[in-house]
Amino acid sequence: MIDEIRRIEDDARGRVAAVDTVAELVELDRELLGKRSALTGTKRQMGALSEDERRELGAALNAAQESIRGFLAARRAELEAVEREVQLGAERLDLTEVRADRDAGHLHLITQVVEELEDVFVGLGFTVAEGPEVEDDWHNFTGLNFGTYHPARDMQDTFFVDLGAPREVVLRTHTSPVQMRVMEGQAPPIYSVVPGRVYRNEAADATHLAVFHQIECLVVDHGITFGHLAGTIDRFTKAFFGPGYSMRLRPAYFPFTEPSAEFDVQRPDGTWLELGGCGMVHPNVLRNGGIDPEEWSGFAFGFGLDRLAATRHGVTDLRELASTDVRFLSQF
Amino acid sequence: MKVLSSWLHEMLDAPVAPEALAAAFDDLGTPVEEEVRLGEGLEGVVVARVLDLRPHPNADKIQLVDVDAGDGQPLQICCGAFNMAVGDLVPLATLGTTMPNGMTIERRKLRGEWSNGMLCSSRELELGDDHGGIRVLDVDASTGTPLRDALGIEPDVLWELEVNPNRPDAMSVAGLARDVAPKAGVGFRLPSPTVSTAGSRADAVAHVDIADPDLCGRFVTRVLRDVTVGESPAWMQRRLIALGMRPINALVDISNYVMLELGQPNHPYDLAKVAGGTLRARRARDGETLVTLDDVKRTFTTDDLLITDGDDRPVGIAGIMGGAACEISASTTDVLLEMAWFQPTSISRTSRRLGLRSEASARFEKGADPEVIDLAADRFCQLAAEICGAVTAPGQVDERGTLPGRDPIRVRTARVNALLGTDLERERITELLDPIGFTSTPVGDDLDVVVPSWRYDSEAEIDVVEEVARHHGYRNIPHRELTEPRVGRLSTRQKDRRSVRRLMTGLGLAECLPLPFLAPGQLARCGLDPHGIRLLNPLVAEESILRTSLLPGLMAAASHNATRRQTGVGLWEIGRVFLPPPEGQVLPDEREHLAVLLAGHDAPAAVEVWQVLADRLRLPEPAVENDVVAGLHPTRGARATVAGTPVGLVGEIDPAVLARHDVGERVAYLEVDLGALLDGPRRDEAYRPMSRFPSSDIDLAFEVADGISAIDVERTLAGGSDLVWSVRLFDVYRGPPLPETRRSLAYAVRLQALDRTLTDAEVAAARSSLIAAVESAHDAVLRG
Repeated sequence: MIDEIRRIEDDARGRVAAVDTVAELVELDRELLGKRSALTGTKRQMGALSEDERRELGAALNAAQESIRGFLAARRAELEAVEREVQLGAERLDLTEVRADRDAGHLHLITQVVEELEDVFVGLGFTVAEGPEVEDDWHNFTGLNFGTYHPARDMQDTFFVDLGAPREVVLRTHTSPVQMRVMEGQAPPIYSVVPGRVYRNEAADATHLAVFHQIECLVVDHGITFGHLAGTIDRFTKAFFGPGYSMRLRPAYFPFTEPSAEFDVQRPDGTWLELGGCGMVHPNVLRNGGIDPEEWSGFAFGFGLDRLAATRHGVTDLRELASTDVRFLSQF
Repeated sequence: MKVLSSWLHEMLDAPVAPEALAAAFDDLGTPVEEEVRLGEGLEGVVVARVLDLRPHPNADKIQLVDVDAGDGQPLQICCGAFNMAVGDLVPLATLGTTMPNGMTIERRKLRGEWSNGMLCSSRELELGDDHGGIRVLDVDASTGTPLRDALGIEPDVLWELEVNPNRPDAMSVAGLARDVAPKAGVGFRLPSPTVSTAGSRADAVAHVDIADPDLCGRFVTRVLRDVTVGESPAWMQRRLIALGMRPINALVDISNYVMLELGQPNHPYDLAKVAGGTLRARRARDGETLVTLDDVKRTFTTDDLLITDGDDRPVGIAGIMGGAACEISASTTDVLLEMAWFQPTSISRTSRRLGLRSEASARFEKGADPEVIDLAADRFCQLAAEICGAVTAPGQVDERGTLPGRDPIRVRTARVNALLGTDLERERITELLDPIGFTSTPVGDDLDVVVPSWRYDSEAEIDVVEEVARHHGYRNIPHRELTEPRVGRLSTRQKDRRSVRRLMTGLGLAECLPLPFLAPGQLARCGLDPHGIRLLNPLVAEESILRTSLLPGLMAAASHNATRRQTGVGLWEIGRVFLPPPEGQVLPDEREHLAVLLAGHDAPAAVEVWQVLADRLRLPEPAVENDVVAGLHPTRGARATVAGTPVGLVGEIDPAVLARHDVGERVAYLEVDLGALLDGPRRDEAYRPMSRFPSSDIDLAFEVADGISAIDVERTLAGGSDLVWSVRLFDVYRGPPLPETRRSLAYAVRLQALDRTLTDAEVAAARSSLIAAVESAHDAVLRG
């Protein structure tokens, strides 16, 4: 019987080696080691044997069983490796061929700059105010201390809108009308920043636009001084441009501020960027906004965004900013 | 305003380096826009005499010129000009000279002939505009004399300064000198001309009448006799040219010189041509006309102030331009000089209405100095005597109308410091104001300040505060930090808008900001109501209408890209649109819209964007209602709604609109009133607990009429049982055996309870109630 067991074992070795698929191997496993297998049959015959013979035979049976399990496991491992090889080969992908059919999307240059500036001002303790782009004369001019025949009106070429009385409705020439609206709608203290689109009636060229963007900052509180204006612009300059930047103020004229100044930013290489205008809010403007200039004082400063946005990326013609060409838009 | 260093220095009591003057101008708010160093680059240019002129053997357009450059030897020059004759004195740039434009003169051959230098035109020397030929010198100088010496050119600095509207004083050399002197640490003095007079008194022949004293504050005339009108001297011409004025004749040049120097516009008339020697300032009659010096016939209204003569005939537009009839000419012998002060607003209005600006009007409209008139008249008479041999008649005619009041302004020391953040003493404020003519008298801690006559702009305490700040120096005001405790933040609305922007980029779309102006017909081309609010003064007709929708701009964008074979573009924009004003208001109904354009996609792509947008903004009950919507494909369009209220449109662009824009692919489009969405209600944000127990899924397909909204069916299912966790439309089928007007909508419904695993019986009960709910609400039939 021992021989029989050996024969079964040898036979099993041969059959296991001949199997080509895992599925067949599972079949064979059942046949070689299952209830109806030859080994199990041999086991059933053991009852007739002596104890010694049984022990001997049992050991041989166990050894054969272990051995066959070993053939099966080894063969299974071989076959699985082959099958995996085949599967992997069949599933091969060249990932260098992948191209997304969409990209991360694009915020317009102007929006990027507006959000960045808003964040800087929010960090400095400001809230963001907004107002209409079509304005009445009061908010855009008269309330801001532009007299009817004030020569300063010539400084701002205005688009007039076919509404209301002649010259009553305009496309806002600056973001300052929102100052008026903020003051009308809220008692001091005011710490507001106003980004927005503005309009000037002058033909666009590489360095000027008829439709462009500004941001301005308005503070009205007790004890606000020109020193606070300078200090705040300095803080802003460092927060937005970087610690290596500084600023200077030069006397200027705007009807709605007095004293007024232009402010320039000095780059780390010593060159100057003429950025914007600023000043102490004119007492007449405070009064027009319903604020007592003897009790409160304030400052405002503002500047155009388009050149700032364009120069960051080396865009030399500002008119590109209105481009709807995806070759432009998808670069930013 | 242009100014010369040498001219300024005539009014400064000590020399100031150009760099220091330029820096002071910057600090004072009259910044230097351009600086030109005059007389530089002329070092190697000498006076030479033309000895011989010969044709060039190999060229037509140049000739050979032999000149004597001082050593008596002929020196051959090739020259492209032919305007000189043998014996003429001409400027020669000798070898090695660096010209004002930076070019260096070298010995070289031109078509085989040596040229040993260059003969120069006025423009090449930057001594004038003339480039018609070589400048032939009218000087008494020997050959070899440096040109600068021969012409008496001193090295000088020309600045062009920016002058703000609140600085009428900065429109003259004297005003600039007065303002810059204290900053530069030197003293200032006005010219002090002496005038000798003879003959009969001015008022014997000249008469003045101010008919409209509100428009003419002062009117002075003087009479000058025995005038010889020739050319003005070179020094005067050089200064006029440098400051941007063209020399005309001696009298006109003197008039301009005085205006530039003292800021007082003035007008010399030929006395013989002024009827009655009378000048009258009166309002024009409607339709009255005058031919001005520039030979243009001007028509007036009663708002305009004219100068008329004794016959009531107009001889000039007050403060703007004289008439042609009384112009000074070579035959003029007697001059009637007008020096006046006109009301700035009136000058500004007339000048603007006529589109006529002059050096005079620019000064009057800012506010001239009514008290400098006497000095300016003296200066005119002195120069006219020196240059034209004029004899000034004794006295002047001097009439006054209404002049601005100059009551003292109380300037509070504490107020100055409170506004500037400084700690200036009252005495220091006085020291700052005195040199610029703001005279102050102490009143307790404060000052009463009288504004000088040359500062028409200054009328209130704050104006004086600005002067103090300017002369104290902005850079000397210490910086301060804002200390008020406060929290900066974006509003919810602003945060939500940003969140929408992030969503749009997350969808892979590109933001664009087209101009908000439309061309006439552009709305109609997009299938929209053609009426938009018009601009009264557009730059071009193509940009004359305010957009009422973002569609035209984005369609133009799609078209622009399509014609460049850039297909499949995905664009979005957030921007304002302008609808007619609501009843009783003047300003338009201005709304903030969001639009998304998906080229190469059909309508469902836009609906998907709407759905994720609604999800991001947590809009309550977002839906679409199929509808025929202007601009959209009539059978592939819908209104986007929130809780039943329309908030926008969604679908596909009308094929006719695509055709009109030469777009060959389908275009999906969404436009919503973003402002309304941002301001509108939000879905409840409360947490919805998740079950720990397994869920059960059932699929339900209904046959539903085409008119029934799939979203409504979905909502009915969602509300049909407490056990419903989610509902998803996973299939739509049209076709046999369904009737043509009906389709099958298949939903996957997930059921679960928070506290238990659902039994088969519970699932079956829920299923029945969902079926019943849909069948009864939507005339639907469950499909087997």
